[in-house]
Amino acid sequence: MRVEQISVFLENKAGRLAEVARILSEAGVNIRALSLADTSDFGILRLIVNDNAKAKETLKQNGFTVGRTDVVAVEVEDRPGGLHKILEILRKSGINVEYMYAFVQQSGNHAVLIFRFDHLDEAVKVLTENGVTVINGSKVYSM
Amino acid sequence: MMYNIEFETLPREALEAIQLRRLQTTLQRVYATVPFYRRQLDLVGLKPSDVKSLTDLRRIPFTTKQDLRDNYPFAMFAVPMESVVRIHASSGTTGKPTVVGYTARDIQTWAELMARSLASAGATAGDIIHNAYGYGLFTGGLGVHYGAERLGASVIPISGGNTKRQIMIMKDFGPTILTCTPSYALHLAEVAAEAGIDFKDLKFKAGIFGAEPWSERMRHEIEQKLHLDALDIYGLSEVIGPGVSVECLEAKSGLHIFEDHFIPEIINPDTGAVLPYGETGELVFTSITKEAFPVIRYRTRDITSLNPEPCRCGRTHVRMNRVSGRSDDMLIIRGVNVFPSQIESVLMEIEGVEPHYQLVVDREGTLDNLTVMVEVGEQAFSDQVKKLQTLERLISKNIKELLGVSAKVKLVEPKTIARSEGKAVRVIDKRKL
Repeated sequence: MRVEQISVFLENKAGRLAEVARILSEAGVNIRALSLADTSDFGILRLIVNDNAKAKETLKQNGFTVGRTDVVAVEVEDRPGGLHKILEILRKSGINVEYMYAFVQQSGNHAVLIFRFDHLDEAVKVLTENGVTVINGSKVYSM
Repeated sequence: MMYNIEFETLPREALEAIQLRRLQTTLQRVYATVPFYRRQLDLVGLKPSDVKSLTDLRRIPFTTKQDLRDNYPFAMFAVPMESVVRIHASSGTTGKPTVVGYTARDIQTWAELMARSLASAGATAGDIIHNAYGYGLFTGGLGVHYGAERLGASVIPISGGNTKRQIMIMKDFGPTILTCTPSYALHLAEVAAEAGIDFKDLKFKAGIFGAEPWSERMRHEIEQKLHLDALDIYGLSEVIGPGVSVECLEAKSGLHIFEDHFIPEIINPDTGAVLPYGETGELVFTSITKEAFPVIRYRTRDITSLNPEPCRCGRTHVRMNRVSGRSDDMLIIRGVNVFPSQIESVLMEIEGVEPHYQLVVDREGTLDNLTVMVEVGEQAFSDQVKKLQTLERLISKNIKELLGVSAKVKLVEPKTIARSEGKAVRVIDKRKL
């Protein structure tokens, strides 16, 4: 029930994001979802890709600091109130979201939410108990 | 203006005779009381009685900052603690400061030298001295303070910081002599200008600035903005504190070393060979009147040269030129000594942080800014912004605690810190003095 996410440290200067995209493109890695958190000095790029091992290895070879984290992918109805419903479940159970981002599937009527929790297992338990569809990694990588 | 005209204008022959006598006494004493100096002399097979001329001093090995560190905290003291009345310390390279002690007579000696320094800038008993050097373990504040009192002047012990209040006091109390670091002097000018106060309307006539390197260009800027005569003062706590040497108002060209208390030498920092007058090298001091903490051939790491030309002020003491650099990689930031190795030790203590760093010093307006660039390796990295920001704050806090200097920490990508011939460039000093 976990999805592997890789994160990349980026200095806030021109061309760094493009450099990551170039490296992944040359390695034939496809990006499924991404989010970029930034401060005045640095940014953290978080990626869900179709080939974690390859992405991590090529980025490291090119001198980037790369981390990996387990996140949770959740399917949500692609209509008003979809996100709210899930956040309400988490709020009521007192589960804190470190960060999240979303992407919409090309076909079908679902969106996918990526959540980063401090207490991942507990969050997954609460979500499934409340009837939320938690998607496993292999499905996300190949979406 | 001279505070001690007899000693400040001694003919060279008489001065050198006094130096030799005082040197011999000092050597006798340290040989008997400081194991380190006994070993140093034994190492070269020298007895204090073998020193029969000033050039014999050259046979004694140098004392380094490392030697002081090895004898932390009190093993270099030449008197029992009952005779020590004051302890000062300066920042060290590994977290341990360099500790120095003073007997009651040392404090008097120091007060006299600072009184001479103030008089050299034209100060008299009628002056009000605004002393914005920091009070505390740092020798600047108390050094000036005792000198001002010895001179009979009125001293305002304002210390550093709270610049707006300082401006108010300058306006209301009308001090005539300013003592602080040169960069703080410029900062005062800036803050005063913001408050709509022109130094032209204040009563300052002279300022004695030191504790960090500065330049002729800065002198002109300070003189123009603060409407006073700006003089350079030099000292280091290991030797006594401020008041080792000072410029005179008459010439403003080089700092007279108080040679009746200290013997200066200039050496080649690589070979240790003593260089003749006029040549540039590392400044070395031997104290010849201090009781609690005498130093024998102490390597200051400051680069300068000595000028024996007679001075129009009448002092016979040799002049040292402005310190032009260091023979090690020490930085002086807002008057605080900073060694890259200190930053390294801070980083090493934080789990997951690798000691890949670079110090960038810049002068924004008039104050020095230190930025510490730290490469983020896998262990320190996190996908969460707050964790990395916490890391930045932790490094910054630890630097502040160890060094007493504020630094901005900037995380950078691995291998981005410039390396020359495989060796990381640790310091980039962008300040234009």
